[in-house]
Amino acid sequence: MSPKTLYDKIWDAHVAHEADDGTCLLYIDRHLVHEVTSPQAFEGLRMAGRKVRAPDRTIAVPDHNVPTTAGRENPEAMTEDSRVQVAALDRNAKDFGIHYYPVSDIRQGIVHIVGPEQGWTLPGMTVVCGDSHTATHGAFGALAHGIGTSEVEHVLATQTLIQKKSKNMKVEITGKLRPGVTAKDITLSVIGETGTAGGTGYVIEYCGEAIRDLSMEGRMTVCNMAIEGGARAGLIAPDETTFEYVKGRPHAPKGAQFEAALAWWKTLYSDDDAHWDKVITIRGEDIEPVVTWGTSPEDVLPISALVPSPEDFEGGKVEAAKRALDYMGLEPGQKLSDIEIDTVFIGSCTNGRIEDLRAAAEILKGKKIAVKRAMVVPGSGLVRAQAEEEGIADVFRDAGFEWRLAGCSMCLAMNPDQLTEYERCAATSNRNFEGRQGYKGRTHLVSPAMAAAAAVTGKLTDVREMM
Amino acid sequence: MEKFETLTGIAAPMPLVNIDTDMIIPKIFLKTIKRSGLGANLFDEMRFDRQGNEIADFVLNQTQYRETQILVAGDNFGCGSSREHAPWALADFGIKVVISTSFADIFYNNCFKNGMLPIVMPQEVVDVLMKDAEHGSNARMVVNLEEQTVTSSDGEVFSFEVDSFKKHCLLEGLDDIGLTMEKAASIDAFEAGAAQARPWV
Repeated sequence: MSPKTLYDKIWDAHVAHEADDGTCLLYIDRHLVHEVTSPQAFEGLRMAGRKVRAPDRTIAVPDHNVPTTAGRENPEAMTEDSRVQVAALDRNAKDFGIHYYPVSDIRQGIVHIVGPEQGWTLPGMTVVCGDSHTATHGAFGALAHGIGTSEVEHVLATQTLIQKKSKNMKVEITGKLRPGVTAKDITLSVIGETGTAGGTGYVIEYCGEAIRDLSMEGRMTVCNMAIEGGARAGLIAPDETTFEYVKGRPHAPKGAQFEAALAWWKTLYSDDDAHWDKVITIRGEDIEPVVTWGTSPEDVLPISALVPSPEDFEGGKVEAAKRALDYMGLEPGQKLSDIEIDTVFIGSCTNGRIEDLRAAAEILKGKKIAVKRAMVVPGSGLVRAQAEEEGIADVFRDAGFEWRLAGCSMCLAMNPDQLTEYERCAATSNRNFEGRQGYKGRTHLVSPAMAAAAAVTGKLTDVREMM
Repeated sequence: MEKFETLTGIAAPMPLVNIDTDMIIPKIFLKTIKRSGLGANLFDEMRFDRQGNEIADFVLNQTQYRETQILVAGDNFGCGSSREHAPWALADFGIKVVISTSFADIFYNNCFKNGMLPIVMPQEVVDVLMKDAEHGSNARMVVNLEEQTVTSSDGEVFSFEVDSFKKHCLLEGLDDIGLTMEKAASIDAFEAGAAQARPWV
């Protein structure tokens, strides 16, 4: 048998049909659904008189629109259009008989945090969702990617996706990370290296000692932003860390089933002599805590660097850099660590897990915020409960952070959590696009520890100075 | 789905790289449960000020580009969020073709589900077409999917590649779900086999 990559193995195990031209029907093991990209898909099913083919494999949770303030169960807490969208998901979940975690359920949260937490996401699966950050689930060695609403409808109706295979890219992070450097710094640094289109046409497998050393939370952070590098999906081969995380989760297999699953999961790795279409290697020791300065995740530099000049770039990026500096209100040559911050946002499917909150709380312990406002939005009700139990919530509250309920919140600012014009935010989320966190809002992407450091000093800060 | 065969229309230049789906259709317009009507808010934050007045120098607000059907854009068009509202907004405005050196994967796929054709061309061709698009309504490009060509306003012909299955579906206006349902037996067989091999899934 010819050697295979992990991607090849998962792909081969899920091809339900292959046409002569290589177009495949890929069988989907888990379909995650949220309120923003699904209403038109369910409507399509109704109009055609179709059912959901595999309701047991379909899991829905409202997350994008929901308020994160107390009393949100009250319909008045939402704007009319948000309420209509959430109500549509309520109704669709009921009518089509799919698994559902409504806002009132403690297990509700960001779809990409709920899936792994509940054990829906398992190694070797295919996972899709009408959301680009579905890449997150790749951390389990599951082939996971975002799809559009037409494809959501296609998966609901057929449990398959029409696909052609992507190419294989290996991103190896060798050696150990230095203190203060986190999974977020890895994933942003990779995008800095490849650019936001560098992964287009590829599925990335992240490997190397620095990746192996990461917890599941950290691995999810890394894979989450594979899409920001343009890749269809990011993958990390499952290992003992993965199996340990999965074991005992509500929807993970139990007993003999678990043992059978484990035996297969242990075959899910890239063979030594597998073919890679592209390989990138970064030394873990070379990665520093990073921040973004512009309006694309590829606009990333170590915190010790200076704001670049448009002349540092070539081609279309020259104009883009000019536009980004103007939008961000920054001057070339300015020290990144001199940039003053108004707001700090900790949360999102990138960095809204318990480990992220612990890392931020570690920096915040006994300190007060020096920014206008700071907000923590746990990724799920269960993350929130655990943080309460560990005393982390008190650290945030004592420091002056708002301690919110679970949802996507200010990552995409569809709910009331938004930046005002020119408000500058250090955010643990994944996109610094123009207007992403609010009209003319300015976003600097950072790790949770770096966000906490910025909250304490009031400017972008090298977290290593506070450790 | 509406068929796509040929299109002759005005092309607008948008040389900016990394035009993301948040730019194409900001999230406040995603709170709809419909597919239609999004064209009014296409590129909303670039096109209108906060009072809803048009920003005069934005390309689609210029007289000669009001009837734009083709966009010639910078690298990595459609990156970011998977929102299909982005192609819906473009199509609703009347834009059925986008030409760039590269597209983000999900956006690219979404276009084909909506009777739209994203065309990948090498940089030197995009440069030529970008220049051509600057001529506004005097420059009508012709896109021929069957022949896989784009013809500039002065008659220069450029070929492009497109996946044969996607091309077929677009030319015939085929519904993906209907096509897949014809293969239900294969899906049933796969499910039965997988239930044996991986019963825990």
